[in-house]
Amino acid sequence: MTIEIDSLNCSGCGNCAEICPGGLISLVDGKAAILRPEDCWGCAACLKECPDSLVSLRLPPALGGRGGFLKCRREAGRLLWLYFQGPGDGEPLVVDGEGREDGY
Amino acid sequence: MAAFKLETRRIKCDVLVVGAGAAGCVAGALLGGGNLKVVVAEKAAADRSGCLAAGVNAVNAHVGEGRSPADYRDYAIRDAHGVASPDLLLSMSERLNWAAERLASLGAKFHRNPDGSFKTRSWRNLKVNGENIKPLLAAPLKKLSNVLLLERLHVTNLALARDSAGSRPRAVGAFGFFTDGGGGAAAIEAGAVIVATGGAAGIYLPNNPGQSRHKMWYPPFNTGGGLAFGVLAGAEMTTLEMRFVALRCRDTAAPTGTLALGAGAAQVNALGESYEEAYGNSTSQRVLACRRENAQGRGPCHLFAPEAKERERLECARAYFHMAPLQALRFLEEGGAFRKGAPLSGDRAGEDGIRVLVEGTEPYVIGGHTASGYKISTLRETSLSGLFAAGDVAGGAPQKYVSGSMAEGALAAAGAEKYLKDDDYLTNFGDHVFTDRISEHYAPHLSGSPPGYTTDELEEAMQKSMDSFAGGRSTDYRYSRAGLRMAGGKIRELYALSRDLKAGNPGELSRIFELKERLVVSLSLIAHLLNRKETRWPGFGEYADHPERDPRYDLFVNSVSSAYGGRYPEALESPAVLARDLSSGEEIPLPEPAEDVFLKEPAP
Repeated sequence: MTIEIDSLNCSGCGNCAEICPGGLISLVDGKAAILRPEDCWGCAACLKECPDSLVSLRLPPALGGRGGFLKCRREAGRLLWLYFQGPGDGEPLVVDGEGREDGY
Repeated sequence: MAAFKLETRRIKCDVLVVGAGAAGCVAGALLGGGNLKVVVAEKAAADRSGCLAAGVNAVNAHVGEGRSPADYRDYAIRDAHGVASPDLLLSMSERLNWAAERLASLGAKFHRNPDGSFKTRSWRNLKVNGENIKPLLAAPLKKLSNVLLLERLHVTNLALARDSAGSRPRAVGAFGFFTDGGGGAAAIEAGAVIVATGGAAGIYLPNNPGQSRHKMWYPPFNTGGGLAFGVLAGAEMTTLEMRFVALRCRDTAAPTGTLALGAGAAQVNALGESYEEAYGNSTSQRVLACRRENAQGRGPCHLFAPEAKERERLECARAYFHMAPLQALRFLEEGGAFRKGAPLSGDRAGEDGIRVLVEGTEPYVIGGHTASGYKISTLRETSLSGLFAAGDVAGGAPQKYVSGSMAEGALAAAGAEKYLKDDDYLTNFGDHVFTDRISEHYAPHLSGSPPGYTTDELEEAMQKSMDSFAGGRSTDYRYSRAGLRMAGGKIRELYALSRDLKAGNPGELSRIFELKERLVVSLSLIAHLLNRKETRWPGFGEYADHPERDPRYDLFVNSVSSAYGGRYPEALESPAVLARDLSSGEEIPLPEPAEDVFLKEPAP
């Protein structure tokens, strides 16, 4: 599977379920859950919508993944991408999706 | 099993737009900005639906400094090996730069030169930080009071009327059902309908297995629905046989342009040889190049940028965040220290440059890249009166991409507006009893015992059959006459089985119809592959019985399925196949007699 949701800390806002292009996410007992993970396209729409950065996106080993994953955070209207090398990585690499002012 | 019922909402409007992608958003916003009442129906959420859900980092159809729209037209015709409509391409090309300006005015962050002009990747490509392109395109639909945006509405059928016996059928609306919550059906009566739903993915076995089966290039949720309801309504389709096989990054199926144009990467084989020039530079030939190198034992093939280092690695990641986040993750993971000096096991971004494995994808039916889709006029009107098409479902005009789809959305909007002015359509509204149709279409899936198989299982069977017998990846995109007809027989059988599938909720009903849409598209595709008895685009597919290009096929192969009257029938029939002149669009004879997919022959 590509997407993981930290359901334990989910506030149940439902943004991810509303946005998922495949309709793959539902609220179960007030917490977001992916019902058909094998149907995920990996578009990351849910990462961008989660106000608490609780959704992560990874490459499974069959696609060459090595345990790293991404999360998203919005800061002053800018979309930031957080790259974690693995579950124990407490200091993610932060990539500003907008790029520098000269556009890279 | 009857877990839910569909209550029908009935809605009236001047124009119904089906699909809120690049084409549909532009059409809906332009029409809604006037006095017309517009409904836009979208299967997902307009902010993140279709192939632009993750965004784009380039606008690939543009007329750069010193070039003219005619240059773009000529480029697209060459790239399509001659099979494209000059008129459709020109009318689109004339609006490409308008589309880029419109995107910019909506807030898209194009890369700019110090003088404010667009930064280009080549004369046809602009760079954009387009992660948010979909919410930008959809925003006007939410602001305009004349536009009603209906999301999570899966439109399955057109509603047709005839003004008199024997007259051309007229599209008078469509119906579908909501895929979330308690469901409910919607019957939308419209003066004109614009179909802008997208192409078809997932009719062939995809590149990745099992748990990653949906990690494909084109979105797995684009199931050819708008093509299927057109086929069922008897609309003429063109050039479906020009399937698109995308040369993409292995594993993630991410586009390669970012590397080729952005980091100066070129294709190399396992011997380090650059081989592209030996095969030609059309899109089809670039796919062929990689396939042939692999077939001759010189693979695997990479995109290779020898000079690219750490800075380029991060820049590629940054660019991919705007379009294919998993490929961005791939680039970030490549920075791990343990990779240094390790045996090559896939991609590599290190001191010896950046290498990304490339391969062909499953074949797609997608009119934004090839000439596949509805046969349309320059007004973007289909062969059905009152039905217009734009974007990935519209045929004849390849190389549209985002800006070309927007251009076609604008053209279809103008076409629909003209149609409504010219025609006293309102007086022609009969009392179409949509509700009868709706129960006829959905009720069989809502009650009764489920069969001994599932929707997923039938989808797998379809993909396997198309893969083996209709030119999928497992045969290196080769197909034969006998195999195509075998695939046709299987599709017909699977369609019959699909009629017994049961849905316990609206989401399951949606997946049943997505399967049926793919089956309908598959059968028409097979009829097209069967009847273009040559190999025109060898990168995209090779007809084993006719392995060479044949100048007699400098024409469009088109098809019409007139037997269904807009309904999902008991059984699928082979469509009628005809030919049209590339320039005039007039019907001309096929070089060989049209063949029926299900023609019965005595056993050998």
